[in-house]
Order: sequence, then structure tokens, then C-alpha cells
Amino acid sequence: MSELITIGENPVEASRRRFLELMGASIALATGAGCTRPPTEFVMPYVTPPEQAIPGVARYYATAAVTNGIAEGVIAETHLGRPTKIEGNPRHPASLGATSVLSQASILDLYDPFRAKEVTKNNETASWDQFTVELHAALEPIRKANGRGLSLLTETVVSPTLGWQLQRVLEQFPEARWHQYDPAGPHSSRKGSLNAFGRYVNTYYRLDQANVMLSLDSDFFTYGPASTRYAHDYAFGRKVRGSNTQMNRLYVAESTLTSTGGKADHRLQLKYSDIGRFGVELAAAIGVPGVAAVSSPRFERIIGPLSQDLLANRGRSAILVGENQPPALHALVHAMNAALGNAGHAVAYTEALETRPENQIESLKTLVAEMNAGTVKILLIINGNPAYNAPNDLGFSDALARVQTSIHFGLYHDETSQHTVWSLPASHFYESWSDARAFDGTVTILQPLIERLYDSRSEVELLDLLVEMPNRASRTIVRSYWQQQAGAYDFETWWRKAVGEGMIPASSLPESQPALQPIDVGSLLASDSGIELTFRANPYLYDGRYAGNAWLQELPRHITKLTWDNAIHVSARTAERHGLRHQQIARIKVGTQYVEGAVWLSPGQPDDSIMVEFGYGRSRAGPIGTGIGFDAYRIRTTTGLWHVPNIEVSNTGATYPLATTQMNKSQHGRDLVVSQPITTYQRDPRFAQKAHPQPSYNDTLYPHWEYPHYNWGMAIDLTACVNCQACVIACQAENNIPVVGKQQVLFNRWMHWLRVDVYYEGDWSEPSARFAPIPCMHCENAPCEVVCPVQATVHSSDGLNEMIYNRCVGTRFCSNNCPYKVRRFNFLLYADWFTDQLKMQRNPDVTVRSRGVIEKCTYCVQRIREAEIRAQMENRKIQANEVKTACQQVCPTAAIVFGNINDSASEVSRMKAEPLNYGMLTELNTRPHTTYLAELRNPNPAITNYAD
Amino acid sequence: MPIDEKERLQARIRRIGAGDVVLVRPGVTSESLTSHIAGVILQPNVPLFWLTMFGIGIIALCMFVIAVAILLDVGIGELGTNIPVGWAFPIANYVWWIEIAVGGSLLSSILHLTNQKWRNSINRIAEAVTLAGIMCASLYPVLHLGRAWIFYWTLPYPNTLTIQPNFRSPLIWDVFGIFTYAAASVLFWYLDMIPDLAAVRDRAENRIAYLIFGVLALGWQGSSKQWRMQEKGSLLLAGILTPLVFTVHTVVSFDFAIALVPGWHSTIFPPYFVDGAILAGISMVSMITIALRSAFSFENIITDQHLNNLGKIILTTSVFLFYIYCFDSFTNWYGGNPYEQYTDRFRVFGNYAWVFWTFVAFGIAAPQLLWWKRNRTDPRALFVISLLVVIGMWEERYMLMVVSLSHDFMPSAWANFAATAEDNALLYGSCGLFLAMVFLLVRLFPMVPLHSVRQLLPHAQNGGAIE
Repeated sequence: MSELITIGENPVEASRRRFLELMGASIALATGAGCTRPPTEFVMPYVTPPEQAIPGVARYYATAAVTNGIAEGVIAETHLGRPTKIEGNPRHPASLGATSVLSQASILDLYDPFRAKEVTKNNETASWDQFTVELHAALEPIRKANGRGLSLLTETVVSPTLGWQLQRVLEQFPEARWHQYDPAGPHSSRKGSLNAFGRYVNTYYRLDQANVMLSLDSDFFTYGPASTRYAHDYAFGRKVRGSNTQMNRLYVAESTLTSTGGKADHRLQLKYSDIGRFGVELAAAIGVPGVAAVSSPRFERIIGPLSQDLLANRGRSAILVGENQPPALHALVHAMNAALGNAGHAVAYTEALETRPENQIESLKTLVAEMNAGTVKILLIINGNPAYNAPNDLGFSDALARVQTSIHFGLYHDETSQHTVWSLPASHFYESWSDARAFDGTVTILQPLIERLYDSRSEVELLDLLVEMPNRASRTIVRSYWQQQAGAYDFETWWRKAVGEGMIPASSLPESQPALQPIDVGSLLASDSGIELTFRANPYLYDGRYAGNAWLQELPRHITKLTWDNAIHVSARTAERHGLRHQQIARIKVGTQYVEGAVWLSPGQPDDSIMVEFGYGRSRAGPIGTGIGFDAYRIRTTTGLWHVPNIEVSNTGATYPLATTQMNKSQHGRDLVVSQPITTYQRDPRFAQKAHPQPSYNDTLYPHWEYPHYNWGMAIDLTACVNCQACVIACQAENNIPVVGKQQVLFNRWMHWLRVDVYYEGDWSEPSARFAPIPCMHCENAPCEVVCPVQATVHSSDGLNEMIYNRCVGTRFCSNNCPYKVRRFNFLLYADWFTDQLKMQRNPDVTVRSRGVIEKCTYCVQRIREAEIRAQMENRKIQANEVKTACQQVCPTAAIVFGNINDSASEVSRMKAEPLNYGMLTELNTRPHTTYLAELRNPNPAITNYAD
Repeated sequence: MPIDEKERLQARIRRIGAGDVVLVRPGVTSESLTSHIAGVILQPNVPLFWLTMFGIGIIALCMFVIAVAILLDVGIGELGTNIPVGWAFPIANYVWWIEIAVGGSLLSSILHLTNQKWRNSINRIAEAVTLAGIMCASLYPVLHLGRAWIFYWTLPYPNTLTIQPNFRSPLIWDVFGIFTYAAASVLFWYLDMIPDLAAVRDRAENRIAYLIFGVLALGWQGSSKQWRMQEKGSLLLAGILTPLVFTVHTVVSFDFAIALVPGWHSTIFPPYFVDGAILAGISMVSMITIALRSAFSFENIITDQHLNNLGKIILTTSVFLFYIYCFDSFTNWYGGNPYEQYTDRFRVFGNYAWVFWTFVAFGIAAPQLLWWKRNRTDPRALFVISLLVVIGMWEERYMLMVVSLSHDFMPSAWANFAATAEDNALLYGSCGLFLAMVFLLVRLFPMVPLHSVRQLLPHAQNGGAIE
């Protein structure tokens, strides 16, 4: 990390002093007081300037973004004490320099102006002191009763310090109860590992070691703590360059179209309830011991070649299973991976990450029973929002009313805190010290990036409050835990290194080879004939906790490109059969409960299978998240966590508009996203260039541009892009891109500078998908430049198509004339110019745009100029791969590559020299500087009806 | 041109007309004509028809003013415009109004140069249409801007930034085109009106009217020297206006043809726009003429023959427009450009097919009724057909914006357009502005050019013999 921390420090030092001197002098002159007395009243310098804080120069700190308790190592860019942008930590195993969407968006949560800001008691303002006093008074009798009557409800605890603190709480209060509940957590994985191995183990994959991958309803590019890493490993196993035509192969059987399924070389669209059967038949075909041979004509076509392929790649394959699938299938997949010899290779097992893995549903059930029985005197809910997201049949909210002293601790005053006596504001994980494990157990010590914005506490401080008097700061607590653990002779050095690098070296959990137990697959063979309902966590709002994050609300869903709403996803055929109409409200009935939501006809959804997402229908999620979509938890029960067979669905007839950013998902034969099987490449590597011919250089009236020094350009590898859309959020965070809200999205006025296009291919009832990130193409013959009447968009000498906001009068002619439609327009004042917290997030290097001007991708020109200045000060040229755009930096699969085309050593020049390289719509002679590497797929030749 | 030469020409026209051509009904004398026309201006009591139309115009204009205030205050997000449809109502309105404006210019320039005497009596009305049309049209390029208050950055003026407009942009050509056209039109209208203003001045009964018209008449005495200069000037301006009729619409068409949007990028656009403009412009002139004729009893100087001629122009241009559409589609098919072909299909069968078919029904099919002379000379029939054409031509402009922009190159960016209340307020509000302007002009200034109609009177021709 040292190279990151010291960037630009010394050269600027002198000029900073000079700057401060000048500042002082000019203010002295301006006040006219310089001669007689020091103008102390008017100047506000740092009394003690923080070391190395240089205005205009960013500093970088390693920490981690925590989702579901599990860490993704990140590096935060801070400007004068304000973190503004999250980047991946290149050394961290879950990140490798990239981040997930949620980590990118976490910075906005930190600055969310609607976070809980104060302690409240019975919805009236109170204080931490009052809380502490009253808590200890209430604890006194409980302490005497050995802790009986004290219950803690946490989310899944993975943090070592937090786990240690909970142990200490339980030591002091031996009869206190600790429950965990995460609505969208890995319930099936836990139980599945218990079934397969007799104990809880943690499973993760090394997809870089897999030639063949099979996903059984696992959208592993999107969900889970290792999705960023998996996408990386998947993509690097299929980068065809020159004569290297090695590609891995991905089979996906899934119950709704996901990014993973869209990228699959073979996608099998099955009802949720059929996936288990498919798994059993496959297990029989690859010879899993104890699985009796079953086969059905339905899967014959694919099972044979698939099992052959898997068997031919023993120890070089991986079978992944979705968290929403039943535990029995998880156990079966463990058995299949064992039978294929994958364990220890592409499939890795370690001890559980969690401090205390348990059946969380049972745990929550017990808690509710105790609450109803009145034995819970004090309930401390640490994070989590069970009043909103607990299974409906438990009646959590009602039970909560029976608890004498209920305490909710969280980032927001939410549905749960509405029912509790106390509501305590939590610190964001960027505001306090903490620690967390990554998917493989690697520990990151989280360091605060900013002084707390509000009077909040972190979870470790809260727990400390229970056991220690007086309570200590989070740093002391985390340090004291690691002081015991490190065992290093020089703890200070160890600490500095661990915190500075963003991870504790070699802290991943050791691999183990757990022994398989006999498994029972009987439950998987049942299939149902009615309409089934499946649940999924929303990919961005997750279980609903990020509903207040406007970036995530407006980030289009991977396939549907829906924003600001969840929907009832059905296939066209099923909709027709049951009278459901697109964008009309339907009613789903499960038992006595029902929900009503808007229908979205989703190609890729199996017939008789309805999919709904959690995370919406919040009633207390601030102005952003409240009252949009419908609450699918209302029809979720402890027996139907992810799947409910035989439900009733009917159309109410009311219409409800859903806001999508892409209305049309057919390419209309235009072949913009060129995709071919690898065999085509072997026959004719330049097939894509032939599809998009380049007219002669002289087919223009205007003189050619010359780029004497730098010529910036981008190449995007479509084979590698998995449509995770982290680039979209990274671009939004880097470039101060505003959100516009549902109404404006309906008007098609969303502002993302970079979008990821999705097209369906093949039969739309069972489609494959094509993905293409579309930034500005920075055309050499840019159609926008010609038509702007006021020269607000012009060409730079280094190949950029520049946009000068101040000059723009807003004719929008440039947008009309842009064949790629990458220009966005501030139809209204979209940027928030007034909220102080949001101002702190803004990148100071990028203008905040006002009403009435066009904006668009700049290739992160601020980063280019920063590198230019740095290079100039060091009297050198910008190095080959020195400048990274925000989208490139965040891309887990390195699909986006940016650099100087003039420099033959740069990665982008090498990419552009590939035979796969083509430009979109080059036949218009726009000469785009953003080009694409055509997508290659690797279908199994033994499966004949490859759709394309 | 010497007077005798002119008379010879006029005599020839009358001979060709063979009694059928009645441009001024019998019984009209120089005296009665002047009192009739000047009377409209000088009489204190305004007719109910005028009040009604002007009132409607003013009410709609108020709506327009409010709409503009909202637009400037909140932003053009009030409109339905989006990405990809960056231009919709305002630019459609702009093109439509500038088309309507051309009707007057055509009469005052080309028909003037070609000595079509029949134009004389409706010339001034047509020019009122031109002025009002230009006024409406010129508002939209400013109003549709994201930052309307700095519209002047499109002008080449000396500034401290030393930045000039981008002369490669057709919008800049448009700025010049519109300004030139507006200036020439105003000058022509005024120059042609000077003798009439003097006539009104001479009949003014109160001092204020006398003063105002006296100043406006610029000391016109009716000397032969003044007449010669006025005639020369008019002829010269007509000569300037003639190419402008073509260039202004060519330049407007460049706003689209220069862009590479399918449905816009076509070399046929200049003649297509000129033709469409004449069609819409003459239709509007017909409507206004017919209305004023019946309201102010001008049947004796605006005869069925005028309507007949206007009808013929409408018919011709609509047929030509049909040809252009056929030819454009053929070129797109023959050229094999898949994007253009898609836009053609989309225009005819897509989401906005109803707009296309409305245009075809109103703009091309309806004028075919004018093949029959009965319809051409029936003021009611011609009025209705003209109204349909004017509506159809707006639909066509809407189609040109929305159909082409909403579905261009990238299918992922396709999106539909829906108009908002603000869009409609601006459109109908500008109709109010137009109405108010036209009726104000005809009320305040002689609506028939006295001096040139006098030339049509029999005594100006064959020594005073009445036909």
C-alpha cells in the first residue's frame, strides 16, 4: 500500500506551503488589517494541520466493505478527511482490485442524510448517557439472575472481535441468549454442509482451476461474498488472445434468467422444483455413490454430454449451487464435487467463517417463542430489521411488543425501531474500527475513514457497553482483541502492517477435507405441477437494507433493467394462461397472506414459475426507500423460505408503470454485440471486423486528427463482461452523477454515463443473453462535435471527445446525432446542490453539473489530467498502464481496458490489435476510440442445438 | 419596369383569362376600395369576429406566457423530451411555423417577380401570416434550450472568451437563415405598405391616428419619383426574398439532413422542406384569407379566382410531397441501408403509425379533393382542406422528430416519447400568439395593398373601361 499512500506527496509539499502563505497574504491584504495586527479573526487555517493532508491530493486508506458480515477488501480515496470513492484492494482475495456493486455503493450509505442520527426512547430524543444508565439499571436484576431474560439478536456474526465480545457477554451472563438471523443468508448452505459432512463447513470455489463449471441455480456473478472473485476467475479462464483458444465452459441450470445464465455456454431453464431432479439425474450419471440411477427423457439431451464433460475434467471442474436451493441439493453438490475429485482443487472447504454457525430460522423461532412467553426482559437487536424481514408466520412484531426493554441498534430508524423502546444510531463501518473475514477467512481490520457524522456507536462499542464500565472506543477494543491474537513480539508493527495493507497476512482459514456422510436425495425428486413461487434477494437492495441507497435503487437490475421497483416476474406463456398483463398489478396468494405487485414479463423465466425479489415495500426507509415496490416477506414463511409450490395468482386489472432503462432488448439483426462460438474464431478470427466494416479514412470532409503525444482509447472484452454493473456505480461515484428518481426514469432521462446493454438472443422463451457496457465511444469523427452550435463539445489533442459544461446551451443536437446515445441531459436540476452530507461524497475533481447541460463519459479525464500533472512534475511520460478509468478499476474481470493507443506497450493497444477487436457502428465512419472484443462462447460440440 | 410595359403584361394576363379571371369584381372603384380598407383600420367599432378571434388569441397567448415562465423556471424537463428523443414538440413547432411563414414570402417574392397580379389583393394578409409565423417560429429555438438565457452564444459576437460559434453546425446556419429571412420579410412588408399607410393617414380623422400613420408613411406624397423608388425597392426585395424562400427551408432542412439519424440523413430534404413549407404556408394563407374575406366582406377584391389559385398551389405541392415520400422510400430500399429501412417501416407500421397515417390523410389525401374546381372555389371546402393540411403538416413534423429519434441506431436506446401538458400549452399557446399577431396586424395596418389592387381596377387598365 505504500506506493498508494505516498503518491504525489513530496512534490506538492513545497507548493502547499506556498499556497498557504499566499492565502494568508491575500486575506491580510483584503481585510486591510495585515499591517497592524495579525488577522486572526478572519483566517481559518488548520490550527494543527493534519500531517500530509494536501488540498487537492487524494489519500488512500485500506479497509473493507462488509456485506452480510463478510468483507471485501477495499481502498478508500479520501479528500481532506472525506472518503469519496471506494476502490478494490488488489491484495485482498475477494477483491483483487475490483469491487462488487454493493461495496461501490457503500460510500453513499455513509453519507445518507436519512441515517439514524440520535438515540431515541419511545420515538423521543434521548442520549447515549441516558441509555447507558437505564440499560445498566435494567441489567442489574438480570445479572443477578445469571443473565436470564437477556436476549441478543444479531445478524450473522463473522467478525472475530465481535464474536469474542459476544463470548464475553455470554460469560458474564451465562443464561443470556444469543440469536442470529439474516433473511437472505446462507441458510441452505449451512444445513447442506451439515447434511453432507455432519458439521458446518465453509465452501468456496477456485474457478481459475475449473475447466468446466456447472451452476445449479447459482447466480454466482451477483450474489455471495466472493462474487467479485468468482467473476474474475471465470473470466480469466476464457480470455482468448491470438492463438490461445483455451476457454473454460459454463453450464447453468436456473429458474430465472440471471447474468450467470446469460453468460452460460449452455443454459437450461428449469422450474425451481425441477432443478433438484436435474441434480439427482446428473449425480447418477457421474456415479455419485448412493444415488440410484434415475433418468427422464427431459434431460437426456444434456445430461449425457454434460456428465461426459464433467467426468473428462475430473479435478478440473466445479459444481456450484444457489443459496436459494434446498439443503438436500447442497449436500448432493458436495457429493458430486467429491465424486469428481474437485474437493481441494476447484472446490475448497474450510472451517465455518461464522463465530457460531447455527440454524438461524430455528434460532429466530426460539427467540420469538421466548418473547411470546414473556421470558425476554431485555432484547437487544444489533443491526438487522426483523420486524420487516422475519418470516411472516413468526409474528415477530407482535412478539416484540411483549418485551419490556427492547433495543434496536442500526444505521436507520427503521420498521423494527418503530416497535422497540430504544433506537440507537449505529456507526457506518467506514466510521469506526472493526474487523471482518473474507469468503476464505482472510481478516481485514476496518479502520475509520472519517470522524463520525452523528452521535453514533459501532457494534463493538455497543457490546462493550454491556460488559465494561466505562465503555471504550472501538479502536481500543479491536486492538486489544488482536493484541491477544497476534502473538507478535512487536504488536505495533504488526498492527500498522495489517491495517495499512487492509488484511492480516495469511489469515485465511486452513483448508480441510471433510468426510462425506451418506446423503438422502429423495426430497429432490418430488416435482409439482402447479405454479410455483420463488424468492430471491434483490441483487442491489439485498434483503432490503440498502433500500435507502438511491444509487442502488436507480441501478438497473441486471436483466430486466428495472429501477426503483420490484416486480412479479412471469413468463409470457404463464401470464397469458393466468390472465396476467405486463405492468398490471397481480395478486399472489400464499395461504392466507397475499401481496400485490406489478407484473413484468420476463423472457428466461420458466413457465409456471413466478419469481419475486425481497427488499421492497419498506414502510420506514427514508424518503428514498419507503413505499416503493411490494413487500415479498409478507408471503414468506419459515417453511417456504425460498420456494412455495402451488400458489394462486390473479390479475387485479390495475396498471402500474415500471421504470426500465432499456425498453428494447432485441438487436433487430444489427449484430452490435457480436458473439460467436469459439469454432468460428478458429475458422476466421476476424469475423467481427467483417461484420462492422470500417470505411476509408478519407470518407470525411474534415481533416484527420493527429494525436502527437497521447491517444486515449478503450477496449472492452465482451467475453469477459459478466454484466455485474459495478462499472456503472463506480462511474456514478467517481463522476458525481446524480440520480433522477422513478418518474424521470419513466421519462427515459436517467443519467448514467455508462450503461450495460442487454440483448436476448435465440428463442425468447428460453433465451441466452448478450451484454455490452456502453460508455462514450470518443469517436474521431464525432457526430456530436460537428453539430454543436457553440463548440461545447470538442475534440482534444489526446483523442478525447470533451464536454464543456459551462459552454453548453443545451440544444441536445449532440445527443440526437450520437448513434450510440451515450449523452445524458440535465432536463431538471438533478444534482443535489443543497444536502451537506451528499456534498461531502462528491469527487472534488469533477464538476457538479447544473440544469440544462449535456454530460457524458469523459474517460475519467480528471484521472488523465492528474496523471499528466504527476508525469510532468516527474519529468516523464505517462506510463503505459498508469491511468485507469473508474469503470476499468472496478471491473472484476478486467473486461474494460483503458490506455494510450499510441503506446504499443499499453494493454489497450494489445487488445486493439487482437483480431476480435471491432467497433460498434463503424460503418458510419465515426471511428470510435472505444472498441470491443467480440464475445466468444464455448459450447459443447456434443450438444447439438446450440442456440446461436 | 416601365409602367406601360407592365400594363401590356397585365393586358395579356387578362386576355388569357378570357373573362374567367376575375380578380376584382365590377363596381369597385379606387375610392370605394380605399374607404373600405382604410375604414377597417380607422373605424372605432371593431367587428365581433375580429374581437372573438383576437380574444381567443390573447387568452391562448396568456397560457403561452405562463407556460414559458414555468419552462424557464423549472427547466425543460417540464416537456416530454427525453433521451433519445432530444427534440420533439418545440422543434416540430418551430419547423411548422417557419413553414407557415413561407406562404407570404412566396406570394410577395416569386409571384411578384413573375408578375402574378392576382396575388396583389391577398399579399398583405399573406405577409401578416409570414410575420406572425416567423415570430412564433423564432421563439422555439430559444425556448427549447436547456439554458435559454444564454441563447446569444449561438451568435458571432465579439467576446472576451474569443470563442465564436461552431460554423460547422447547421444550427448556426439556421440562426443566420432565420435572421436574414425575418429582416427581409419585415422590410418587404413595410416597404410595400408605405403608400397605403399614407392613404390611411390622409383619411385619419383624429390626430393620434394621423400622427402615427404620418410617421409610418415616412412622408409619402405619391410623387412619381417616390412611386418609382418604391416599385424598384419592392422589386429588389422580392429578388432577395425569392432565394430566401428556398434557402431558409433548405437551411432548416439541414438541421436534420446534416445529422446522421436515420429518417433525417437524406439529400432530398431541401426540396422536401421547401415543398412542405409552401404547402403548409399557402394553406394557412388560404385559411386566414377566407376568414377575413367573409368577416370584412372582401368578396369583391378577394374573389373565387384567388381561392382557385391558392387551391392549385396546395394541390401541386401535396402531389409533389407524395412523390418525395415515394422517392425517399425507394432510395432507402434501393440503398440497402438497414437503419433507414427500419425507420421507414417503423414510420409506417410502428408505434407512431397513427401519426404517419394522419399526415397522409390530412396532408396528402385531403388536398386531392382540390382536383375539382368546385372545391377550389368553395371557400368552406378550401378552408376545411387547408385546415386539414395545416394539421397534417404538424403531424408530419412531429413524425419527423419522434419517429426518427426514438428508434435510431442502438436498439438498446430506443424509447418512446409522450407529450406533457407543457408541450401542449406551448403549441396551442403559440397558435394564440399567431392569431393575436395576425389579427392585430390586419387591424392596425391596411390588410389589402391598396396601391397594387388599384392597378387591377379597370380604369388602371384599358382607359377606365368597365368589364
